[in-house]
Amino acid sequence: MCLCLPSLWAQGNQYLIAQAPGKLVAKRGASAEAKIAVSVEPGFHVNSNTPSDAYLIPLKLTWASGGALEPGEIVFPKPQMEKYEFSDKPLSVFTGDFDLTAKFKVPAGASQGPGIMLGKLRYQACNNNSCFPPKTVEVRLSYQVQ
Amino acid sequence: MSALRLGAVLLTGFVLGCVIYGCSPARVKAASLKPDGERHTAPDFALKDADGKTVRLSDYKGKVVLLDFWATYCGPCKIEIPWFMDFERKHKDQGFSVLGIDMDDEGWDAVKPFVSDVGINYRIVVGNDSTADKFGGIEALPTTFLIDRDGKIAAVHVGLTSKSEFENAIDQLLQTPPHNGGIIEGRARPAGGSRRVSLPAELVGAR
Repeated sequence: MCLCLPSLWAQGNQYLIAQAPGKLVAKRGASAEAKIAVSVEPGFHVNSNTPSDAYLIPLKLTWASGGALEPGEIVFPKPQMEKYEFSDKPLSVFTGDFDLTAKFKVPAGASQGPGIMLGKLRYQACNNNSCFPPKTVEVRLSYQVQ
Repeated sequence: MSALRLGAVLLTGFVLGCVIYGCSPARVKAASLKPDGERHTAPDFALKDADGKTVRLSDYKGKVVLLDFWATYCGPCKIEIPWFMDFERKHKDQGFSVLGIDMDDEGWDAVKPFVSDVGINYRIVVGNDSTADKFGGIEALPTTFLIDRDGKIAAVHVGLTSKSEFENAIDQLLQTPPHNGGIIEGRARPAGGSRRVSLPAELVGAR
């Protein structure tokens, strides 16, 4: 991961950054998918999309409505089961760098041309002895419908 | 060893220590109680408990208070909560109280089931950004303040701390009578500084 990440994390007390690919090219009447690159600050973890405990806040990506693409399933990687000082049993978490795959459908009648899908990735981070309030990062996905 | 060489070795050790253990204040643990002269008055607040009753920190004047900022999603907080329940049981008749300030965004919807599941035996109130700001902008949970009988902050623990460290501090505070009747007043200065925990030096003092 590039050396510029710590300065990005330092902005707005974020412990995670998410980056959509350059531009998603989607064909009318077809499906499309985009890989969202996620990076968690070293020394921190975020709960997976399927946390081990009902009180834990899952990683969740949602898209705002209004774009030409119809949001579909979000595919998460397999979580890591990690043991921490504060937990008796391993927790289902994500650390480091990983990708989320966002699937879309493009209606046959979608307008051709460019657009932007706006997403929100909500996460809750901890390190080995503290936890931090849930936060949200914006994900901007540019697309071109052909 | 020359002074220059010794300096270089110490600097290298410091840098390595930062790399390995981190230099974030969130990782710093308060070692002991601050001397009387370095303590600052805890800011007062008015928050509701589960019964809708207003709870003020100033209600606790003359008591030693363990004030715990926590949330139901916070794993380290859940390690400490049974210790705090134990302290409450053991010391409540000696002028000691635990007061938990929950920081869940969902408020009582999140807290009530948890309090019931765990059987928390001390008072819980639901806090907000304003409460956190009064204490310097709480970011890391748990953050625990030990307040002496004079209403002054005697120690701050950011992150999971050992039970014995709390226990020793509480014992010391309980042995000390109040100087001025334990009046709590005033408000901390606005937050500033660290990214993780921006407790102002005026509030926290030397840690």
